[in-house]
Amino acid sequence: MLTIVSNALRGSASKNGTRLVVSARSYADFTPQVSFDIKRCDVHRLDQGPPDKTVLTREQGLQYYRTMQVMRRMELKADQLYKQKIIRGFCHLYDGQEACAVGIEAGIKPDDHLITAYRAHGYTYTRGVPVKEILAELTGRKGGVAKGKGGSMHMYAKHFYGGNGIVGAQVPLGAGVALACKYHGNSQVCVALYGDGAANQGQIFESYNMAALWKLPCIFICENNKYGMGTSVERASANTDYYKRGDFIPGIRVDGMDVLCVREATKFAADYCRSGKGPILMELQTYRYHGHSMSDPGSPVLLYGCCSFFLVRGTNPWIKLKSVS
Amino acid sequence: MAALRCFLRSGKPAMEVTVRDALNQAMDEELERDDRVFLLGEEVAQYDGAYKVSRGLWKKYGDKRIIDTPITEMGFAGIAVGSAMAGLRPICEFMTFNFSMQAIDQVINSAAKTYYMSAGLQSVPIVFRGPNGASAGVAAQHSQCFAAWYGHCPGLKVVSPWNSEDARGLLKSAIRDDNPVVFLENELMYGVPFELSEEAQSKDFTVPIGKAKIERQGNHITLVSHSRMVGHCLDAAAVLAKEGIECEVINLRTIRPMDIETIEASVIKTNHLVTVEGGWPQFGVGAEICARIMEGPAFNYLDAPAVRVTGVDIPMPYAKILEDHSVPQIKDIMFSVKKTLNV
Repeated sequence: MLTIVSNALRGSASKNGTRLVVSARSYADFTPQVSFDIKRCDVHRLDQGPPDKTVLTREQGLQYYRTMQVMRRMELKADQLYKQKIIRGFCHLYDGQEACAVGIEAGIKPDDHLITAYRAHGYTYTRGVPVKEILAELTGRKGGVAKGKGGSMHMYAKHFYGGNGIVGAQVPLGAGVALACKYHGNSQVCVALYGDGAANQGQIFESYNMAALWKLPCIFICENNKYGMGTSVERASANTDYYKRGDFIPGIRVDGMDVLCVREATKFAADYCRSGKGPILMELQTYRYHGHSMSDPGSPVLLYGCCSFFLVRGTNPWIKLKSVS
Repeated sequence: MAALRCFLRSGKPAMEVTVRDALNQAMDEELERDDRVFLLGEEVAQYDGAYKVSRGLWKKYGDKRIIDTPITEMGFAGIAVGSAMAGLRPICEFMTFNFSMQAIDQVINSAAKTYYMSAGLQSVPIVFRGPNGASAGVAAQHSQCFAAWYGHCPGLKVVSPWNSEDARGLLKSAIRDDNPVVFLENELMYGVPFELSEEAQSKDFTVPIGKAKIERQGNHITLVSHSRMVGHCLDAAAVLAKEGIECEVINLRTIRPMDIETIEASVIKTNHLVTVEGGWPQFGVGAEICARIMEGPAFNYLDAPAVRVTGVDIPMPYAKILEDHSVPQIKDIMFSVKKTLNV
């Protein structure tokens, strides 16, 4: 398309004798793939972590970028709809954390399984539900993925078990899905996500224990966005090294704002689980641009939001990707 | 001649089977019938079950299908629910339902509500089973009846078998049901033998969930009960029959969905109602029955207010004499019957 345009413009420019500076590069000049150095991950109980070099193809780059953009715009639209009172009740927005969802999806296979907590709109999209069905669900319409009966926190798809409202409850569920994978012997894995706030829940430690005992193919992923509701990690957790909290379970700490870092770490973790070694834990260091939910009082958000906005801006997930493409 | 008679008779004769063995056989047959069925819980495998209900199953089916769990109810109930979401058909045993309180969020929020919340996309075919209600001398924290608690929640089926036929047929139905089912057994009934007809011994024998059974016909008063109290009602009815009072005894079998139609038809016939349960009175099974009778056609046929016979409204005491008086006894049922009939 660009070639045709550029040729046409060049053609018309020389005919009229005017000089028109257009792109002199043709489509074929774009590189099909680039290799990147990515941030090395801290590891716990592992001799070796994920690789620190990766290759990104043009198609992948465009696909990740597009997906993250769609997710961002969808969440911002949901913000707007909530303020107009068209979305009611709970609405936990995912903007800022897009690289996590996209990176994880890129690191697993479509027939792997995933379960997360209530900040789920992003994962609902990456697991295959169209934006239209997500927004229809949020606005309570029967065209929604759960016919308007579920709402923000209860959207489901094939091999995607929601959307779960009770903090931490999704982690044992995820370990159970992994048990089913092992039972069937299908070498699928289950990704069970939770936040830094949920990371102190007892049932998560119960899940770690059983997953390790029975060598369940479960990837436990802590999305550490530094705040559990309004409480910072330092005030909630005696140990904020969430990737080590699995104790006997190996862990990796990953830059959650870099989609390629997340992808490589997820691939590494999925290979680990598929080889039958048991569960593994990942901590994604990320950030959310909204408060805990749309029904949060504004002031704590503004307080920390303002200060950290400028610090974090440089690490906006899709800006990182955009700058390298 | 006797030998020839035996040779010609088809099928198995009726035999005496304890409730424990009925449950064991039901699980064994369902494990054999469907590869996706598996059992997990504390001591279910190598110990043969805390109450020996799963005796022999681990030896037959192995580690993959009979799983011993650590003492972490919230975790293993959640794992069971997750495995059901992913297509397996778990039987999750709670050593007693008192411990299910630690996992109740997984039972209600993860299992019961999911089919509705997902508008039918995600089903949870799980059975939660274990002993419920009063035992003997185990005191307050180990004696609670959860029929009313679980019966309250839409999305769950709740069953409460009394005898071996109930136990066998309802457990098979529960395992084959695609909904989450709470299966309330009774420890004191495990060792009690009952006759199982040859039909009830067949591998495909099931008792439908949601249908009560009239255990004894009568026309003076209706007694409605579930689990162990059904036996007490029948004993009370036998004594009262000598005084000329014929009680109709209904075994609820299912708490939710409750078969109110059977109760209504009986009350329309007898004009008097007494409910009997082991659990506490407030917001209990009897309270629900009374409310529904009032709301339906049977109210117009009542000649006296309905009466509830329940466990005493206190945490279960330890001393035997106190414990005996904290659960309904046969004399309590008889007293309530006579009071209702004004005799």
